[in-house]
Amino acid sequence: MTLRPVLAALCAIFLAGAALPGVARADIEIDVNQGEVRPLPIAIPAFSGAGRGAEMASVIAGNLERSGLFAPIDAAAFPERNLDIGIQPDYAGWNSINAQALVNGAITVEADGKLRVDFRLWDVFSGEQLLGLQFTSTSENWRRVAHKISDAVYERLTGEKGYFDTRVVFVAESGPRGARVKRLMIMDQDGANPSSLTDGSYVVMTPRFSSTSQEITYMALRPTGSSIYLFNIETARQETLGRFPGMVFAPRFSPDGGRVAFSVERGGNSDIWVMNLATRAQAKLTSDPGIDTSPSFSPDGTRIAFNSDRGGSPQIYVMGADGGGARRVSYGQGRYMTPVWSPNGDFIAFTKQTGSQFHIGVMRPDGSDERILTSSYLDEGPTWAPNGRVLMFFRETPGGSPRLWTVDITGRILRPAPYQGSGSDPAWSPLLN
Amino acid sequence: MSFDAKRAVRLALIVAATASMAACASKPKPGPGPGPSAGPGPAGPRAPGPQAPVDTRPIPGSVQDFVINVGDFVYFDLDRYDVRSDAMPVLDAQAAWLRQYPNVRVRIEGNCDERGTREYNLALGARRANAVRDYLASRGVASSRITTLSWGKERPIDPGSNEDAWARNRNGHTVIVEGAR
Repeated sequence: MTLRPVLAALCAIFLAGAALPGVARADIEIDVNQGEVRPLPIAIPAFSGAGRGAEMASVIAGNLERSGLFAPIDAAAFPERNLDIGIQPDYAGWNSINAQALVNGAITVEADGKLRVDFRLWDVFSGEQLLGLQFTSTSENWRRVAHKISDAVYERLTGEKGYFDTRVVFVAESGPRGARVKRLMIMDQDGANPSSLTDGSYVVMTPRFSSTSQEITYMALRPTGSSIYLFNIETARQETLGRFPGMVFAPRFSPDGGRVAFSVERGGNSDIWVMNLATRAQAKLTSDPGIDTSPSFSPDGTRIAFNSDRGGSPQIYVMGADGGGARRVSYGQGRYMTPVWSPNGDFIAFTKQTGSQFHIGVMRPDGSDERILTSSYLDEGPTWAPNGRVLMFFRETPGGSPRLWTVDITGRILRPAPYQGSGSDPAWSPLLN
Repeated sequence: MSFDAKRAVRLALIVAATASMAACASKPKPGPGPGPSAGPGPAGPRAPGPQAPVDTRPIPGSVQDFVINVGDFVYFDLDRYDVRSDAMPVLDAQAAWLRQYPNVRVRIEGNCDERGTREYNLALGARRANAVRDYLASRGVASSRITTLSWGKERPIDPGSNEDAWARNRNGHTVIVEGAR
């Protein structure tokens, strides 16, 4: 197998993943429904130079391996070590262990103490350098450099943006089911650097990232009532978004970060409202007797997908961002909840309940081309990686604690997220700057 | 009975009530059917040697009285929030008790089973809490004495993952927040 066909195949996976089922895709050789796409063998030897070289290589390999599209090769097989980035690798040697791509790098400590990391991506078969980039950062940020390199390699070899230099905010759960302690936590997408944002003294739910700032919005629930908050991750500054007569929940940012849509309950009926964050002016967007919740803005900010049972069971509707023209879009068997618009606008992810099973799925914003990606006792709450190719969600077993999982939009690459503890309600950040 | 003896009996009652509440809080087992299902509270600490029987019944107008003699939970059908016919006698008794003790304020907490999403269940629990509130108000309890809250699926009283547990976890819980003896 040569690198070229494999690269073409990797691109093909994405094209096929984005293609409408039923639409002809004659020139694509890989049938993603067979689940037979072979991950690309890639070698990532320890970077040479000052410290952390092995760890950086391992962070990159972990990222690429978890994507399901790459198969990092065991270092024991490597034909050479301590590669010099200034000279060509031993192509024949790397070829002999079936490496199709090779990443190597060198770390230098600069006079001011900063790290300079140079890396190269090589096509082993053609003997060609595909990438040569340099990153400079403070030494504490070495993991982020590794994530940025991962993103660069992923993008070069798949044609899609990476999603590794990102973080995930989620709810860590502990304690018995009837008295769960729930803390907001944040971690790198690979599970590193987990850190608590709230102390667990009150119940927290459904955090969501702003796509324009290091801010999240989330819901808190205490015996005295519910609140929705803005929380700045950098400064830890928190503010409540006003007082409401009944329950207030399900807050989400608009794509420009200037508004928050959420549900307010009055007299038992939940409707969707929107608040302008600058003026704090509020507007009611729905006013029917059904439950209206789980709003999600389209990436262009003009529409809102939401969950309503106005038709008798929970289904997904889409309306204008001003509340007009609500239209049901989910028409399959079962109950559809938590719509989440993809960052590219091409899909709406959702939670679906059919009989005794829950699913994560995606559909086009008009409801067509529904694709069910997962199935279990309880799968809930999808969140998109910023490249729109991977979803994180939480899965609960009967009587068990929730865990974070990821699945790609083909449904082939399903695996536990790299966080060992119990977690729910994940929210994936945009790419960091 | 001397003043001190009276005090001792009263203290014992408080201890008994507290112990019973603790038991209730840690292991609630109300059935999904109508009416209160908890038994009488456990006896308080006993002095050594024979003595006159101590009355361990809950103090009328206390939280314990409400929980044991009236019943603080009513249950809902799957995906429903209309008050079930078997819940009406319980709510009638709650309303009568609340009319008898007009200083008591309550919070109605709506709860759901785990077979729904977090947000939809928050909304459904709010519907259930409001259905209970409306029923009590229709039986003469001033709305100003009642607040509502939804826990969604966050606070199951039965940790199980089966039909019985789900039936118990779809409930409206009347919690006394103030004014009980």
